Amino acid sequence: MIEHIVTTITRHSANPAGSMLMGCALAFGISLSAAEGARAEDLRVGFIAPMTGLFGQVGKDMVNGFEMYTEEVKGDFAGASVKFILEDDQAKPPVAVLKAEKLIRQDKVHILVGGLLASTGYALAPVSTRDKVVYIPSVSSADDMTQRESAKYPYVARTGWTSSQPSHPFGEWACEQGYKRIVAIGADYAFGYEVVGGFQKAFEDCGGKIIQKIWPPLGTIDFGPFIPTIKQDADAIFTVMVGPMSLQLPKQLAAAGNKKPVIGGGTSYDEFVLPSMGDDVVGHVSPLQYSAALDSPKNAAFVKKYREKHGKVPSYYSESNYTTAQWIHEAMKKTGGKWSGAEEFVRTMASIKVDAVRGPVSLDDMMNPIQNIYIKKVEKKKMFGYDKDELWNTVIKTYTNVDQFWKYGKDAFLKQPVYSRDYPPCKYCE
Amino acid sequence: MASTMRSQRKIWAVVAVLAVLGLLAPHTNAFVILLITRALVLAILAMSLDILLGFTGLASLGQAAYLGVGAYLTAILGTKFQFGLGWSFLPVILLGILAGGATAALFGLVAVRAAGVYFLMITLALGQCVWGLAYRWNSMTGGDNGINLPGRPALAIDLADDVTYFYVVFVLFVASLLLLHVLVKSPFGRSLEGIRERELRMRILGYNTWLHKYLAFIIAGAFGGLAGVLWAHANGHVSPEDVVLTTSVDALLMVVLGGAGTLVGGALGAGVVVFLREYLSTLVPWWQYILGGVYVLTILYLPGGLMSISARSLLRAATSALGRAKNIDVH
Repeated sequence: MIEHIVTTITRHSANPAGSMLMGCALAFGISLSAAEGARAEDLRVGFIAPMTGLFGQVGKDMVNGFEMYTEEVKGDFAGASVKFILEDDQAKPPVAVLKAEKLIRQDKVHILVGGLLASTGYALAPVSTRDKVVYIPSVSSADDMTQRESAKYPYVARTGWTSSQPSHPFGEWACEQGYKRIVAIGADYAFGYEVVGGFQKAFEDCGGKIIQKIWPPLGTIDFGPFIPTIKQDADAIFTVMVGPMSLQLPKQLAAAGNKKPVIGGGTSYDEFVLPSMGDDVVGHVSPLQYSAALDSPKNAAFVKKYREKHGKVPSYYSESNYTTAQWIHEAMKKTGGKWSGAEEFVRTMASIKVDAVRGPVSLDDMMNPIQNIYIKKVEKKKMFGYDKDELWNTVIKTYTNVDQFWKYGKDAFLKQPVYSRDYPPCKYCE
Repeated sequence: MASTMRSQRKIWAVVAVLAVLGLLAPHTNAFVILLITRALVLAILAMSLDILLGFTGLASLGQAAYLGVGAYLTAILGTKFQFGLGWSFLPVILLGILAGGATAALFGLVAVRAAGVYFLMITLALGQCVWGLAYRWNSMTGGDNGINLPGRPALAIDLADDVTYFYVVFVLFVASLLLLHVLVKSPFGRSLEGIRERELRMRILGYNTWLHKYLAFIIAGAFGGLAGVLWAHANGHVSPEDVVLTTSVDALLMVVLGGAGTLVGGALGAGVVVFLREYLSTLVPWWQYILGGVYVLTILYLPGGLMSISARSLLRAATSALGRAKNIDVH
C-alpha cells in the first residue's frame, strides 16, 4: 500500500498541481497503511455493536462477554494473536453496513462478529457474501438468515439463536400448563413477529388458541391504550418486549389489576432488564438458551467472574459473545492457529461441538446452533453465595438439543413462510 | 464586470476541485472511495435542499422523503421485478427522478401554502409519513429489516466495482451541479431569490409566487429522488433508517454548514459531515463532540457557512499580513 501511494505521488508530481495532489494523497494515505503492519499469524476480529444511543448498554454487555474470553486466554487463540477491533453501529443497519465495510477493507478483518438487532443481521449478511468474509451473528436472531435465505450467505455461521427457536418448546410447555386461550402482546417489528409466530404455531399445534394479537410500536413506554383491550376470557398473557419496554409492561399490568399469569419471550425477562425490575415480575415465565441462574459449575464460575469484573450479572448478550470467542478459539485449535480461509473456517466451526457456558452447542446444516432451551421462572432468592435476595431466572424445565426447526423437521418447516404479522394467521381472533 | 470576473473565478475553482477529486479518488483506499461516493450522493441531496433553503428561503425538514422514495423504488424494482440491474438501470434513474418529483408535487400542494416554522413542521410531518410507510408496509418494504439489493447493475460495464460506481455517481453529481447552477442563474432562479428576499413585493410585481415555490419544491424533490437511486446502490441496502428524520436534519445541516444559497456549499458540507462522522467515528469514540463543535463554531463565526471563507477573505487576510510585513520593512 505504501509503495502504491508513493508511486501515486511521484506520478502526479510531474505536473504543476503536483504538490497539492501530494498533500491530498498523504492526507488520505496516512491512515491507509495501518492494516499493513499486521503479522500473518494475527487473527483480526471486527466487532460490530451499538456503543451509543438507546442500545448502547446492551452493546457493552456484548463487548464485555467477548473480551472476557479473549482476556482469559490472553488473546492467544492456538498461537494466533487476536486483534479485536470494535466499531459502533448505533443500532442502525445502514451504519452497520458502512462500519463492516471499513472493518473489511481497511482493517482487513478475517471475521465479523456481532450485530444486535435482527435488522442489522439482515443488512450485514450480504456484506459477508459480497466481500467473502466470515460473519458470525452472535445476537442478531433474524429467522431467515439461517433458514429460507441461508443459501445466499455461505460465510454466515450463527452462534446466537433464531427468534422463534425458544418459542417452539415454550408453546408446548404452555399447553402442558393447561393454558387454552392466550393473548399475545408483541413489539411491532420482525423480531416480535417471529417470537410470537413460533409460539403461536407450537401452542396451536398442541390444542391451544391465540385469541388476540396486540402490536404496540417498538419503544412504547405507555401501555395505557393497549392494556384495557386485552380480552378478559384469556388464560394467560404472552409478551414480547425489548429493552425499556420490558420494564414498563409488567409494572403497568400489575397496576391495572391484572391477575392472569404472564409469560413471555426471552427478552422480556433477560438479565439485562431483570435487575431493574420490581417484584411484580416474580412468577413470570420465559424461555431462552441461557439463564444466569443456570445451575452448573461452569455457569456459576462465569457469573461470579463476570460480576466481579463488571458489577452486574451477565445477560445472554454477554454469554453469547463469550461463547462466540470460545467457538472461534476451538476452530483455530483445529487448524493449529492458521487462518484457513473463510469457507474452510465456517466448515470447521460447523464440525465442532462446543461445551459452552449455556450448555452444549453445535451448528445444524444451515448454520444455526442446536442448543438447550431453558424454561425459566422469575424468583426472588439467593444464588451462588451472594447474600442478598435478588431476582433470578430459575430454570424449571430444560428442553435439550433444540434446533431451529423443532419437531416439524427441516423440509416441512421451510415450506411455510417466515413468521410475520400475518403468519400464522390468527384463526381464533374474533 | 467585477462580479462576473469573481463568479468566473469561482467557477474555475470548482472545476479545479472537481478535476482533482475525479483524478485522485481512485487512488484512495477501498474504504475511502466508499465514503467519497456516499458524500457525493448526499451532496446531490444537499444541493436539492439548497434550492429551497438557500434560494427560495424555505427551510424543509423532509428532504429525506425523496431520497427514500428513490431508494425504495430502486430496491423494490430490483428485488421484486429484477428491473434496473442491466441497461434498465438508465430508466430506473429516470423513474427515480420522476418519483421524487411526483412525491414532491403531491406534498407541495400541502406544504407550499405555509411559510417559516409552519413550512418546517408540515415538511417534517410529510417526511415522517414516508418513514411510516417504509417501516410499516412490510409486504412491500420489508419493514424494519429493509431490503437487500441483489447487486449493482451491469450495463456495458459492471458497476459492482467501487471505482466504476464512483465515476457514475461523480458524473451524475457534476451534471446535477451544472443543471442546478443553470437553474439558479436563470430568470426563474432570480425570481426565487426575489421571493426569498421579499415575497410580498414579488407578488405585487405580478409574479405568481405560489407557482414559483411549488415548482422549486418539485425540482428539489426530483433531485432528491436521483440521490435516492444512487444511495440504494451505494449501500446495497435500503432501510427505514435512511428515511428517518435525522437524514433530513443532516441534509439541512450540510447546507447550513457549507453555506446556504451557494449550491457547492451543500456539497462541501456533505463532504465534511460524511468524513467527520463516518471516518472520525472509526478513529475516536468522542467524534460526536467534534461534529457538534464544528456545527456550533460555524454557526457562531461563519454564519455564511464554510463557503464564506472565500478567496476574498483569504486575500484580505493575506494583504493585511503583507501590509504588516511591509511596515516592518520600512522601519
